[in-house]
Amino acid sequence: MSGHSTYEPKTGIERWLDTRLPIVRLGWDSIVDYPTPKNLNYWWTFGGILAVCLGIQIVTGVVLAMHYVPHVDHAFASVERIMRDVNYGWLVRYMHANGASMFFIAVYIHMFRGLYYGSYKAPREVLWILGCIIYLLMMATAFMGYVLPWGQMSFHGAVVITNLFGALPIVGEAITTWLWGGFAVDNATLNRFFSLHFLLPFMIAGVVGLHIWALHVPGNNNPTGVNVKSKADTVPFHPYYTVKDGFAIVLFLILFATFLFFNPNALGHADNYIPANPLVTPAHIVPEWYFLPFYAILRAVPDKLGGVILMFGAIAVLFVLPWLDTSKVRSMRYRPTGKLYFMIFVVACLVLGYCGGQLPDNHVIPGLSTFILIDADLNSMVWLSRLATLYYFGYFLVILPLLGLTETPTAQPESISTPVLSHPAGMPAGAVAAPEKKG
Amino acid sequence: MLRKGIALAALGLALVGGPALAAGDAKTPEPVDFSFKGPFGKFDQAQLQRGYKVYREVCAACHGMELLSFRNLGQKGGPFYDPDYSNPNDNPYVKTIAAEYQVNDIDSETGDIIQRPGTSADAFPSPYPNEAAARAGNGGALPPDLSVMAKARKYGPDYIHALLAGYREPPAGLTVAPGQYYNPYMAGDTTPFWTGEGHAPEGGFIAMPPQLAPDKVTFDDGTPSTIDQQAKDVAAFLYWAAEPKMEERKAFGFGAMIYLVIFAGLLYASYRRIWRNVAH
Repeated sequence: MSGHSTYEPKTGIERWLDTRLPIVRLGWDSIVDYPTPKNLNYWWTFGGILAVCLGIQIVTGVVLAMHYVPHVDHAFASVERIMRDVNYGWLVRYMHANGASMFFIAVYIHMFRGLYYGSYKAPREVLWILGCIIYLLMMATAFMGYVLPWGQMSFHGAVVITNLFGALPIVGEAITTWLWGGFAVDNATLNRFFSLHFLLPFMIAGVVGLHIWALHVPGNNNPTGVNVKSKADTVPFHPYYTVKDGFAIVLFLILFATFLFFNPNALGHADNYIPANPLVTPAHIVPEWYFLPFYAILRAVPDKLGGVILMFGAIAVLFVLPWLDTSKVRSMRYRPTGKLYFMIFVVACLVLGYCGGQLPDNHVIPGLSTFILIDADLNSMVWLSRLATLYYFGYFLVILPLLGLTETPTAQPESISTPVLSHPAGMPAGAVAAPEKKG
Repeated sequence: MLRKGIALAALGLALVGGPALAAGDAKTPEPVDFSFKGPFGKFDQAQLQRGYKVYREVCAACHGMELLSFRNLGQKGGPFYDPDYSNPNDNPYVKTIAAEYQVNDIDSETGDIIQRPGTSADAFPSPYPNEAAARAGNGGALPPDLSVMAKARKYGPDYIHALLAGYREPPAGLTVAPGQYYNPYMAGDTTPFWTGEGHAPEGGFIAMPPQLAPDKVTFDDGTPSTIDQQAKDVAAFLYWAAEPKMEERKAFGFGAMIYLVIFAGLLYASYRRIWRNVAH
């Protein structure tokens, strides 16, 4: 999509088309001859995996929409009708429901990979921000999709999440009413959620196009974080990465199939097989697993508005990350201290996810009551959430900005090809590189 | 290393299993060795037939199953599937079962509301004309529809079995309100009703009285009709009702897995071959 094109039209019709709409050239430059660093590891295969996930969700979703009835009286039964009476409806519906979870597994790995290898740093800031937009759209899509079966968790989840906007001062109530299309979560809400749930994936697909475009301008980052210096550092995307990504995609599909065929309801909540009843609130309202870390942040703050701000802030901070990290070294491979803080960050995210699925008052160490600090026992999920939330924001707002100025990175290789040479003794002088000592 | 791993695993289990006695927790259902568990598990057709009989003679008096039609009983994997009748609507068992029910209809000649015997294509009629009638007949409680009950509760069929066979005399010190019954597997919190020593008993109260009794249902295949057997069979039947395509799903999955594993092997071999001359 950028740089010199190596495409040469070979047939008459290709030449004819190339001077009118160079679409074959676009495809050739994007996925055939696109020069790709030769040292990409398997963490880099999740981009391709995500494209497959989006494709699966759109195809299955379009088929589901042919049979689904977006009405409060019929939605629940129509989903079961799909599972029972539509040919292979069980396959399509379970694929779509489990596909959402798979999509999030892949996107989280993709994001952590970007964080670890500094893929958000110059010149890839726009690429990173587009990714954040995709993630935000994904969250909105997944949330609205979960409402559609109109089970108990669908309904009460929708009530909880839409009520968050009610925390906004002055305009909160008006916004909530506007979102609902009435004075409660009801048929109007279900209808608009269905409409938006159908629309957003195509917007995601559009932003994915931009994301790939923004990727192909600077080219891929790589595990060393060192820029591509020469042609020796790269291989053509096809066949080298089509085959590697293809292998990883099939491995991922095996994981997908394990859930889909042998435990299709493991990632869902049993309460969502109870038809929605506004008069009966489930004992514990929990979102799907992929929202649990944010749910934990929301509940960590005793004030509703504060919780909402922090929860959205947890995503907003990702958008400005390229300017928060002051280190010039991209890859954490060469930032030993940064690597340690990153690992703790991953643990903090997992801890938040765990806390989000627990009751705030549950003990972290069972059976041990310590003392009440402010509003809750110190040995409780709510305090563990607070600790992890503090680290989550501390990592972005304090550690990354300061660390880049103070840490001493280890030596980076001069080029991508250097570290893979099997005989370090044979390296040309200076190949060990002038390490960037500070920042 | 291994010992360390076991110690860590034990610690993990202790952390997970520890708070089992916290207030408001129901007893965890004991796992039942159902034939349909596991990646290759299939329904036991004789068990489904017994389970249907329990449903028909006990549960159906109060609980509907509105997402199911009679024809479902004769579908592949169903309790009355017969390979001779690939169209379940023609299955004589299904036709007979359907005809035992009276379903509402409209006389096409006069427009009058009538009742006629059910056909294979009809849905299971609900036992009550509406929710108010159902509540009026059950002391204010609403017997839930059982179509997807086995998916709508944690532990699914294990829970249904445990609940139905798990009624106990309330421990001394537990006040049970009229029209309520104590069950250790029922979700809820007994603390406000507990005046005895120590921790309030696990479980909660349910408006459904114990339904099963020895020999309450006669099993045509000679299986001893104990409470435990009846509970197991009806739990299996309800799991089938909730997941009628389970056998098809697992068979499809088995084929898909073989395909994917072979495909992955071929791709890995291609990957090794294509990359063999690239140092990376």
